[in-house]
Amino acid sequence: MDITNAHLSNIFAFATEQARSIVYLHYIDMAVCFVIMATVLGLLTAAAVKFRQKPGDNTDPEQYEGNLKLEITWTAIPAVILLVLGILTFLVMHEVNPAIGKRKPDVVVVAKQWWWEYRYPNSGVVTANELYLPEGVNSLLEINSGDVVHSFWVPNFGEKMDAIPGHANFLFLKPTEKGTYTGSCSEYCGAEHSLMRIVANVVSPEEFATWQQNQLKVPAPPTDKDAIHGQQIFMSETCVQCHAISGTPANARIGPDLTHLSTRKTIGSGVIENTPENVALWIMNAQVFKPGCHMPQMRLTHKDAHDIAVYLEGLK
Amino acid sequence: MTDALRSHKPIQTLADIPEYEGLWSWVTSIDHKQIGIMYIGSALFFFLVGLALALIIKIQLMFPMNRFISQDFYNQTFTMHGTTMIFLMAMPLLFGYSVYLTPLMIGARDMAYPRLNAMGYWIYLFGALLLWFSFLGGGAPSAGWFSYAPLTEKGFLFDPGVTYWCLSLLVMGIGSVGTAINLISTILTLRAPGMTLQRVPLFVWMVLTTAFLVLLSFPALNAAIVMILFDRELNTVFFSPSHGGSAILWQNYFWFFGHPEVYILILPGFGVVTEVIPVFSRKVIYGAGFLAASTVAIGFLSFGVWMHHMFATGLGFSVLYVFAVSSLLIAVPTGIKVWTWIATMWGGKIRFTTAMLFATAFVIQFTIGGLSGVTFAVIPLDWQLTDSYYVVAHIHYVLLGGMMFAMIAGAYYWFPKVTGRMMSETLGKWHFWLMVIGFNGTFFVMHILGVVGMPRRVWTYPYGQPLVATLNLVSSLFAIVLAGSILLFFWNMIHSFFKGKIAGPNPWNAWTLEWATSSPPHPENFELVPPVHSRRPLWDLQHPDQIGKGGHH
Repeated sequence: MDITNAHLSNIFAFATEQARSIVYLHYIDMAVCFVIMATVLGLLTAAAVKFRQKPGDNTDPEQYEGNLKLEITWTAIPAVILLVLGILTFLVMHEVNPAIGKRKPDVVVVAKQWWWEYRYPNSGVVTANELYLPEGVNSLLEINSGDVVHSFWVPNFGEKMDAIPGHANFLFLKPTEKGTYTGSCSEYCGAEHSLMRIVANVVSPEEFATWQQNQLKVPAPPTDKDAIHGQQIFMSETCVQCHAISGTPANARIGPDLTHLSTRKTIGSGVIENTPENVALWIMNAQVFKPGCHMPQMRLTHKDAHDIAVYLEGLK
Repeated sequence: MTDALRSHKPIQTLADIPEYEGLWSWVTSIDHKQIGIMYIGSALFFFLVGLALALIIKIQLMFPMNRFISQDFYNQTFTMHGTTMIFLMAMPLLFGYSVYLTPLMIGARDMAYPRLNAMGYWIYLFGALLLWFSFLGGGAPSAGWFSYAPLTEKGFLFDPGVTYWCLSLLVMGIGSVGTAINLISTILTLRAPGMTLQRVPLFVWMVLTTAFLVLLSFPALNAAIVMILFDRELNTVFFSPSHGGSAILWQNYFWFFGHPEVYILILPGFGVVTEVIPVFSRKVIYGAGFLAASTVAIGFLSFGVWMHHMFATGLGFSVLYVFAVSSLLIAVPTGIKVWTWIATMWGGKIRFTTAMLFATAFVIQFTIGGLSGVTFAVIPLDWQLTDSYYVVAHIHYVLLGGMMFAMIAGAYYWFPKVTGRMMSETLGKWHFWLMVIGFNGTFFVMHILGVVGMPRRVWTYPYGQPLVATLNLVSSLFAIVLAGSILLFFWNMIHSFFKGKIAGPNPWNAWTLEWATSSPPHPENFELVPPVHSRRPLWDLQHPDQIGKGGHH
């Protein structure tokens, strides 16, 4: 798949302001943990070396049962350290995920077995599996689920947020660096969990506006012979019962919207590269690429599948 | 008078006890020692089964887009690995240690309710077989050991796997509550004369705390499991949001059980280490009062931290504050234990037997697991790391590097008591070093896998992430070393059971009452229980001049 130029996932390579705050807190936490670990390891090693039984020495060492001052100290010092961590926790929580008040979401994310629907309520764009966010703008994402519990996680963006059926969650993301990022569903959601990937593109606000305009265009009817044939099959087969294409009678919202499929880099929620041949193979039997997925084996000839692919990829 | 006592034949191995002859004597037994051995034997069997599942997982994850096993089978495998290791291995293992040792350590003849004790074991075995029967009965459960709703609803998982999971856990949960009541009653009512609650060995103290946690947390799980069963079989909609139920409610129920469960699993391990370290450091435990009190503090706090498993579910901030604070706080009593163990070793004359090596490694590995646990209490970091491989690293540091290392320390320590024969120290040291290398090699890199974005419970991962691929391969290769070390442990047990050196009553020169009788103890446990003046009755026998001096409560 052509997302090879995507940034490598790493929680420390922050790409949003929110992730940056979390990473700084992480450094503090790691420093504390390393100091404690070093203390434990140092003391244990010292004890193991220094107080090892000498050969032939079978006498018992001095028996002392404790020292109240020392015991209070090793109770109090960790408590103070943890209290400081607690205060930092509260501060960063508020910075990363402040109250939303009456603000409307910029993107509505609907997680479904096993793909992602992205809706942009301000413009009316509905797309699937590839998220676009403008650089430098603090976008509010509403995270929903259409079936079971999922979780939206792009490591370089910071916070992950569960998609819970019947309960909307919210997430702020203010990207600081353009590029393509990958992530994946992080709550076990059934058969296809490992193949429910996320592709997120951060673009300049201008590019974002252009992208939205293009996504809203109603594609012209096909003119190519194969594409016309493909459209006929698409509209007469079960495809229309799950998928939508604007400007046509296909308007179902069960599977991904296919209006601007050609603009996506991958199909099957990040599983394979988006090429006409891959789309044809996917249409014939998606189970090969995503065993267990809800797209059935279509029992079409390769010619028919190829024509549908030509039709879908030609929609502009 | 039993036959053993009448004949005056000294007991040196289990074969010298006529009451334990033949399978029938075990099936019909209400002797806590036989039941304890059966618990431990079954747990060890399921340890191997769970290990086999783990190896399947590690082979599947060796390479990106690997297709060693199918996705469906993988999902069943990790569900069964988790469920087997927690409910079929860890729980019976700790019950086995508890019911075997508790009466001996408090100078009692048996448990308070010997028949209830037997019922607890057989009900567990039935539940365990029921869970594994699911493979033949239409497919193993594949919703994870945590079975999050609404994935468990019949509309999403139609196969009977989840139903088997529910029935099995329901049955075992009932047995666990019975055993918990039995342990509490035993410890509260059957202690030898002179053994006040302040003088019970700390292992017993931790068993008592554990038993209360089992008693209070398992009913919550069982109630919730009945709800899933009803949802699946009777079309109730407790956890089905599309019909007005709640997905989050299940998570609350499950973790209200699930977090105390973590402490249920680890506290007996704390207890084992708290017995092993003093004996091999030849020193009394340091700060016993703080240690006992911190255990009780963990017990109480463990019921107030469950939502830290749910920090990414979008809960209100007020509730997040409370659970962040409680989750941070629970690190304080846990830390007290670590300092106490180190202070006990400090100034001692340490003998690094295999048991002591495992106890020492436990302290280090458990500290790593504890510190990565603190990270989850710092909520923004939890938001990043929860449900990633970082958590897989964390729980294995706590449960395998922690709990199991402690239990293995206990195995080397009490094997002579249970069987009458010593385990091989040579094999033991090979086992120890291979297991330390295998365990840390397998699981340490998983912290990094989480950091570079690998989520949990994935059948496979994509190409194009060189670090993810390399670290998974490293982890899988070390897992082979880990598995080999565990097989060595089993070989050591089997070999030593038949060929080990005869141990005698008290091979480690230890101080608690179980060492005051023959190894293995005869069916009545004691001919005479020594007087109890402190937590270390056998030390007092050797040092009669010191009785009543210094800290003897």
